[in-house]
Amino acid sequence: MSEGAGEPPGAKVVFLERQSYRRRRLMDAARLLPLLGAGLFLVPLLWPEAEGGPEGEAVTMSSAFLYVFGCWAALIAAAAVFGLSARHWGRSEGMGGQGRD
Amino acid sequence: MASLNLLLLVCFGYVALLFGVAFAADRMAAKGRSTWLRSPLVYTLSLSIYCTAWTFYGAVGYAARSGLEFVTIYLGPTLVMVGWWWGLRKLVRIGRSQRITSIADLLSSRYGKSNVLAIGVTILAVIGVTPYISLQLQSITLSFSIFAEADPTRGYHEDSSVIWVAAGLAVFAILFGTRNLDANERHHGVVMAIALEAVVKLVALLAVGIFVVWGLSGGVAGTLARIDASPIGHWRVDGGRWTAITFLAAAAFVCLPRMFQVMVVENDDERHLRTAAWAFPFYLLLMSLFVVPIAAVGLDLMPAWENPDLFVLTVPLSQGREGLAMLSFIGGFSSATSMVIVAAMALSTMLSNHVVMPIWLSSRKQGASQSGDVRKVVLLARRVAIGGIMALGVLYFQLSGGGAALAAIGLISFAGVAQILPALVGGLYWRGATRTGALAGLGIGFAIWLFSLLLPGLGNGLLSSKVMAEGLFGLGWLRPHALFGIEGLDPIVHCVLWSLTLNTMVFCIVSLASFPSPLERLQGAQFVNIYDHSAGPRGWTGSVAQSEDLMVMTQRILGAKDARALFQREAALQGGRGHLPEPTPAFLERLERQLAGSVGAATAHAMIGQIVGGSSVSVQDLLAVADESAQMLEYSSKLEAQSAELSRTAGKLREANEKLTQISLQKDAFLSQVSHELRTPMTSIRAFSEILRDTEGLSQEEKRRYAAIIHDEAVRLTRLLNDLLDLSVLESGQVSLNVSSGPLSQVLDHAVSSALPGDGRALTIHRNREGEEMTLRSDLDRLAQVFINLIANAQKYCDADKPELRIETRVEHDRLLVDFIDNGSGVPVDSQALVFEKFARVGAEKAGGAGLGLAISREIMERLGGDIRYLPGQGGGAFRVVLPGRGKMAAE
Repeated sequence: MSEGAGEPPGAKVVFLERQSYRRRRLMDAARLLPLLGAGLFLVPLLWPEAEGGPEGEAVTMSSAFLYVFGCWAALIAAAAVFGLSARHWGRSEGMGGQGRD
Repeated sequence: MASLNLLLLVCFGYVALLFGVAFAADRMAAKGRSTWLRSPLVYTLSLSIYCTAWTFYGAVGYAARSGLEFVTIYLGPTLVMVGWWWGLRKLVRIGRSQRITSIADLLSSRYGKSNVLAIGVTILAVIGVTPYISLQLQSITLSFSIFAEADPTRGYHEDSSVIWVAAGLAVFAILFGTRNLDANERHHGVVMAIALEAVVKLVALLAVGIFVVWGLSGGVAGTLARIDASPIGHWRVDGGRWTAITFLAAAAFVCLPRMFQVMVVENDDERHLRTAAWAFPFYLLLMSLFVVPIAAVGLDLMPAWENPDLFVLTVPLSQGREGLAMLSFIGGFSSATSMVIVAAMALSTMLSNHVVMPIWLSSRKQGASQSGDVRKVVLLARRVAIGGIMALGVLYFQLSGGGAALAAIGLISFAGVAQILPALVGGLYWRGATRTGALAGLGIGFAIWLFSLLLPGLGNGLLSSKVMAEGLFGLGWLRPHALFGIEGLDPIVHCVLWSLTLNTMVFCIVSLASFPSPLERLQGAQFVNIYDHSAGPRGWTGSVAQSEDLMVMTQRILGAKDARALFQREAALQGGRGHLPEPTPAFLERLERQLAGSVGAATAHAMIGQIVGGSSVSVQDLLAVADESAQMLEYSSKLEAQSAELSRTAGKLREANEKLTQISLQKDAFLSQVSHELRTPMTSIRAFSEILRDTEGLSQEEKRRYAAIIHDEAVRLTRLLNDLLDLSVLESGQVSLNVSSGPLSQVLDHAVSSALPGDGRALTIHRNREGEEMTLRSDLDRLAQVFINLIANAQKYCDADKPELRIETRVEHDRLLVDFIDNGSGVPVDSQALVFEKFARVGAEKAGGAGLGLAISREIMERLGGDIRYLPGQGGGAFRVVLPGRGKMAAE
């Protein structure tokens, strides 16, 4: 295979390809983030409602609050990770046409 | 307790601070030390005008009434920001590369620079944002009323205070937004002030939240327990509303004119989006983090009649924390002011660029450089627009009674501006979207929103209870809250569902059915494939622009002083000594940007275009180019025809030249021939006359013989000279014709007997006696001369063993044809063109005559109005004599 140890001159190229491959996949992940977020924010609609059954079965406000804000924070963190790594790449190779005008 | 006077003082102080910041930022930007003004942080903070007084006051009220549903307002924008790679990136790229000044400008630009669409979007935006402005007025008025209740020294009237607040905000927005027109489209000062306000409102809300959690509830655990124990202690959300409002907030986040202004128009660098993608959602998260705790504690502590929209103020006040309450008041005030400034700026820009300027420019017939002071018109238009917008806000406040919850008012606004979404998204991703489709979709969506949400929200005044209960015109399926008979839906969900569904459907169907103009298709391709086209905005190519004209025009827009400074700066940049820069493309581009900030991109482009006389390629240019190349094609085909004609003429000339050369050779040959012809008889005459003179004793017989030779030779000479004379008379046209009538057969008989005197070779003649039975009217002697010549030629030149000559006559097209065809080898091809020339003889050795016979014959036939020509391909020498119709002759 091309990644064999017997090819020192090509090793660096292979390494770079792997790196840009990772970048592409990270970009894919970033694009999927809003879909993931939308999915997560729709989950509470499946929870039992306070009106429907006895009060005890309904989800308490504090857990709902923690769930919603937890997901929110996770989404922001994921976006931040992507944004920061994207900033790092921007200097080396410009990502998919996103460089300066 | 703080008095109203103190409150007013604080407000004025705060506004003065904002002015100071804006002024300082503008100064720094002008000096070029603005790197940190353009940082991603400032961009993110400026986006925070999304959080208005609605967020500051209304979110807590919303949470107190409906629990966690309030977060949908912030989850929608979060999803849009996190998904920036899908949509916002494209939007910002387009906004920058097409020099967009507003959302109306964007749509008009996408759909073929249609001003009708721009006006439509502007009207929609103004009406859609009106409830939002009214919301700001209501929140400030309410917050004043809280302090007024505790201030016994002054009377307080809600209605009059609304007008005062509106007037104050209008003045504030006018001072801020239309302070200077010469700034380019990025308002550094305003953006900086907004960023400061973003920090103020965040700090204020966090301060109240921290006080509530740690000051009143004993930490996080205590707070969570208190929340669960409150009336909103359980998850209770309507799924339809949750989804619809999240979507609505996402749509409004993109479509709201003020969001578009800060997100796209004020964007300095596309890469700022990368930071804002996570930093702005984080800001939203911080803003909403303490909403639920404040709501829960407020519900617990405050009496039931207290308006939950004001818990942020009343909770600290009830605990005696006047300083905190004052901070909170400033937070709310700053939320309202920043929103009003930017919204008024964005809307007034749209109004002045798309409504006032086109009308004003078209009302004057002169060009842009002659048309007075544009600057004053634009500024006045914007100021009036701001006043008008604020007046609409007050009107809405009074019509709606001012009693509605803040969140409800805000959602009405959101649903209104969200109607732009289908046309916007369609315009960015679908090349088939057309202007007609966009107009139709917007129209239907706007109408449904107006009928099912805005008008019912205005109380009983505008839509009667009869219409509400029984539908428009008594039609049951046209009830505002139960369109098409579907009842029981929440009004917001109902309106969003119907308006956006029908909007999108009509937009798509009409787009599919209609056909876009060329400009629309070009713009559509540029927008949809922006990443392929965005190497930068198209530049001016005008090296013909007159700097002086540009200066005159710029002065009228920016003012004399600023224009001069701008031009001097540019001249210095170019390294020139004069105070007028060369109109390089780079300078023209910067100038256009500068002007675009004042009068809008389209107008600025048109104005410079008028002076420069032509931008880089537009569709009209392309059409003109196409026309030109068509003309050039036509021209070159004309040239081709001409050159073909020339080469034909050249060919003829060559032919004529060859003929001339040949004739010249013939003439030389003839001269030697004629001298030979003359000398031969002369020699004999001289020799025999000398014999007769000198020789003695000649017999009578010998004398007679020698005299006969001399006579014959003299006759020959005479004949030759006669022929020459005859020819020259014929050629000079001095011949007189002796016209008479007679039968053709007689003429031929005479010719045959004259030509064949009996001596020489035998020539058999075949004639067609019946065909010759006709009477001619012509010069019969001359005609006989021609015939004699032809018969004699046949006898002389026919090289067959038994020479024969056929004489055929027939009538064709009213002309008489007489053919003389022998059975010899005929005239060689290369001599055929020459036989009728003077002195031509085929084969000089058979010298019977001087070669004048055929030349004379031709001259005679021309005089008689006929023709004589050689007939090739008859199996022998063949000549055709053509006589004009019976008896007709060319006029003498």
